[in-house]
Parts: sequence; C-alpha cells; structure tokens
Amino acid sequence: MKINKPKELVVISGKGGTGKTSITAALAQCFSTKVLADCDVDAADLHLLMKVKSYKEYPFIAGHIAQINEEKCQNCGLCATICRFDAITQTDNLYKISEQSCEGCKVCVDACPNKAIEWIESQTGVWKETYTEQGLMFHARLFPGAENSGKLVSHVREKAKQYAVSNQIPLILVDGPPGIGCPVIASVTGASAVLIVTEPTPSGHHDMKRILSLTKHFKIPAYVIINKADLSDEFCTRIQETSEQFNSIVVGKISYNSLFTEAQLLGKSILEVFPDSNESKTIKSIANVMSHKMELQISRND
Amino acid sequence: MKIAIASGKGGTGKTSLAVALLHANAERARLLDCDVEEPNCHLFLSHTVIGHKAVELLIPQVNPNLCKLCGKCVEACQFNAIAIAGNQVMIFNELCHSCGGCARICPHGAIQEFPVKIGELSQSRCKNEAELLTGTLEIGHASAPAVIKAAKKALPLQDVPFTLIDSPPGTACTFVAAVEDSDFVFLVTEATPFGLNDLKLAVEALLNMELPFAIIVNRIQSETNLITDYANQQGFPIWLQIPEDRHIAETYARGGNLLDVKPELKKVLRELLDRCQP
Repeated sequence: MKINKPKELVVISGKGGTGKTSITAALAQCFSTKVLADCDVDAADLHLLMKVKSYKEYPFIAGHIAQINEEKCQNCGLCATICRFDAITQTDNLYKISEQSCEGCKVCVDACPNKAIEWIESQTGVWKETYTEQGLMFHARLFPGAENSGKLVSHVREKAKQYAVSNQIPLILVDGPPGIGCPVIASVTGASAVLIVTEPTPSGHHDMKRILSLTKHFKIPAYVIINKADLSDEFCTRIQETSEQFNSIVVGKISYNSLFTEAQLLGKSILEVFPDSNESKTIKSIANVMSHKMELQISRND
Repeated sequence: MKIAIASGKGGTGKTSLAVALLHANAERARLLDCDVEEPNCHLFLSHTVIGHKAVELLIPQVNPNLCKLCGKCVEACQFNAIAIAGNQVMIFNELCHSCGGCARICPHGAIQEFPVKIGELSQSRCKNEAELLTGTLEIGHASAPAVIKAAKKALPLQDVPFTLIDSPPGTACTFVAAVEDSDFVFLVTEATPFGLNDLKLAVEALLNMELPFAIIVNRIQSETNLITDYANQQGFPIWLQIPEDRHIAETYARGGNLLDVKPELKKVLRELLDRCQP
C-alpha cells in the first residue's frame, strides 16, 4: 500500500524541561522505520542524543526586513508614527529601524513618501538534514531573537513529510517546542496525535491543561505521559482527572530518577544505556500503545 | 532597575528562582510573569488578585458592501493572514500581526480594524505585600510578544527599586520581548548537555543585544561541572549554584519554594540583586 500521508506523532509539554527530548529519543529507538524532526527550533537538543554520521545545512530565508536608506531619507518621521512595533526610533536626528523589533510587515516601505526604505530579504536561520543511526533527522536553528519561528517549524515538518512520502516511511516522530504559542501551533496543526509529557507539580498540571485546551481547539488526539510521577500522588491524580476531562488518557508513568540524565551525559537515549530499566520498559509500552492508537503499520524494535 | 530571569532550556528553574527572589526581596521588588504562554509564578505565591485587564490587538474586518475584491490587501499582507475565497475576503485572526497595512492600503476604505482580546494581565498583591503581575496568552493565539510587551508597560502598584521579569524559555522573539531593555539578566541553566547547549544559544542572543548577565546553575551534582568549565573558559560569571535535591523537587510539587527548603539562601538572594547594580 502506498503511503501518501505518513503518521505524525508530536511530543510536546506546555511546561519546558519535563523530558520531551529524552523521551522522544527513547521512542525513536522503538520504531524500526521513521523520520525524525526537531521542531524546537530556538533550542534544539535532539541531535545531542543521536549518533550523527553527517549533515547538510541550508539557509532559511523567511520574509524581509526594512532598512532606511540615509541618503534618501528626509527625516519626516512618518514611518516612526505608523510602525505598530515601536521598531523605528530617532537618534541624533536620524531614523533607524531596529532589526530586533521589526516584524517585516512592509507598512513603512509602502508608506514612505521618499521611497527611502529598502526591503531586504532576511535569513532568519538554517535548517539541517542530518544522517543519524536512527535514520534521517530534520532540524533547524533559528538565529537568536529572530522572527518567524513558526515558519521555520512548518518548513522542518514539510521537509520531513516530503522525505517520508518519497521514501515510503510511515512515521514522522517530532520533538516539539515548549509553550502554547506560535511555534507550538505550527508544530501540532494537522498532526496525527500528540504526546504530552508533564510532571506532577502545580506548574506541570497547570501547563498541561493549557496545552490540552490548545490540542482540543485544533482537534488533535492527545495522550499524556507523567514524568517524575512519584513526586506527588495528589498531582498524578489531578493530571489523570484533567486528562479524562479532555477525553485524553495517561499512557505511561515514569519515576523521578537520574537514568535519563546519565544517558544524556553519554549522548545516548535511555534505551541504549539502560535497556532493562523499568523506564525503558515503560517507553516501549508507550510506543506500543501509540502504534495502535495511530493505526500505524510498522514493525517495532521490541 | 529591571532584572530578567531567563534560560535557553525550559524547566531549569526560572520560575522557582523568580519566586524565591521575590520572597527574599519582598519589600523592594515586584515580579512580572512574562512567560505568557505558560505563566506559573502565581501557583507558588499566595496572593490576592486586585484587577484584570484585557490585552487587545487591532484585527481587520472587511465591509463586503465596500470591498471590490481588488486583492491589494492580500498582496500587502506579509503574514498570509488574508485570502480571497470565492467572492469574499477572508481574514485569519490568528495569523494577523496587527500591523495595520491592509487597512492603510485598501483603496475603497473597506477595511476597518477592531480590538480582539489576545491575552490578559492580572495584577495581584502577594501575602508578603509584593506585587505580582501575570500576563496570560489566550489559547489559540500566536502573538505572545504583544502580551509580554503589555505586561512590561503596566503601571506598578507601587514604586520599588527592582522589577523582576520571569521570561519564556528559548531564544526566539518571545525571549527578546521579555529581556530587551533589562538592566541585567540571570541565565538559569542545569549541568547537563541540553542545559549547556541551550545556555550557549541564550548567551549568544544576550551578547548580540549587549545585555549584561550572570549564570545560575541549578541541580548540580558537583561544584565543578560542564557549565562551570564552559563559564570559566569563556570568562562568564556564575553567581549561584543550587544542588540537585529530591527534597527541593518534592517541595516544588507541593507548591512550596526554594526558601522553604533552604532558608539560608535568603541572604544570597538579596545579595544577587545588589550585585546587579552597576
């Protein structure tokens, strides 16, 4: 059967630092064929747990920024009054556009009566195609402070999808960004399912509610993993109840321990370093459950 | 003086540190929670909400009676937020950056802008009398930087010498919106490869912005670790290291804060703010 639409499983969390990347790397070991995508484009870490064989890097050009041509500028100040992003300021009688604040809307370029504002293509990052022992991985690096993280996320997902379709690979495993904003929306829209990694703390619970509201809004099936589960029984219960309220279920619990950090220090996933640990067994069972839930036709590495 | 608490990697302890700093400096600091996608400080501070305020963006609406379907607005929009479908113009609110370009360019005066709520600010007084201001992004909206900027512009309950800013993780536009115009930044990280990798990205961003910073290392197993090696080699200051301790994690899970477990840190946390002064 030809694969036109590979399944896409996105690992997210709402709250940062709950263990998304470590769990994604471990899940990657469980599936025999998959494409990997790291959509945390401003703090990508998945490659640190992959044995990288080689990679190719490409510039990412997204949109433009405005720049004032001092020779043509008559200092009328119209641009500064119409800019909604406070990006244009006057210092020493000269108007300047802050690259950091400019969102690339082009309003000033079109409005300038002296045609003194230039519209320059801007590179906001790089994207990479990396050959790893776990197959091909697509990831990216947004330049610090750059706009358009959502566009770069969409680009990484699109490249992963094209590769999966042309090589008939049924699964794309995505390491997502924290939060609920622009890059998260770009990571989850249209995905087959999301796995939410949370922890039993007030903030873990609060943030998973917000991310479940987001996935409900976009009608994406969501499943929950509780990391550091033995820290609080009370919050594990609350997480369980919240999951049910959103028609989601808890598919695995992992205890508070140092194994993930020890594996990370070796640049490996927990399944490679501690294959017989309870945590590794839980990850394998989660992979199993997710294959069924997504009706994935794929062999697993058991 | 504004002090931002930031980190490249999420979950390194920004919120814990911000809350503990506010406790230790209650009479001379206020706290802005600018992690508007997932604001958490309020969960760890007993407080009374004094007031709410909506954060709004101007979003365009097309008057179909005036619209001639010329397509100038579609062409002008740099964010793909406007499209013509059949015989009407569609506007995708969640993609709109509220630049006002479409309304300016429409030759028929068919586009008007109206305020749409994209987030909320809530102002509280904590039990220790300090102010907490929380910015919250509405679910489904992408414009977190606008909510962050609104939180930073809010008038303080009372004038205090220090404004602490709990920032979002990462190094993208939300991070910039939170830390820009700060006088000093604390970069919180942990002694792991992820912590180091993301710290380097955050440092690069702060060096570009020419902002002074100090590093705080959380969950250390040993006084010398991969973060201290990096900082020493680069000549970056480390101002505090906090040990890995299951007891701290359990206290956090109960809604407690760092000072409950380590009251002796209060003096250090007061000195941290004093050291930021030039």
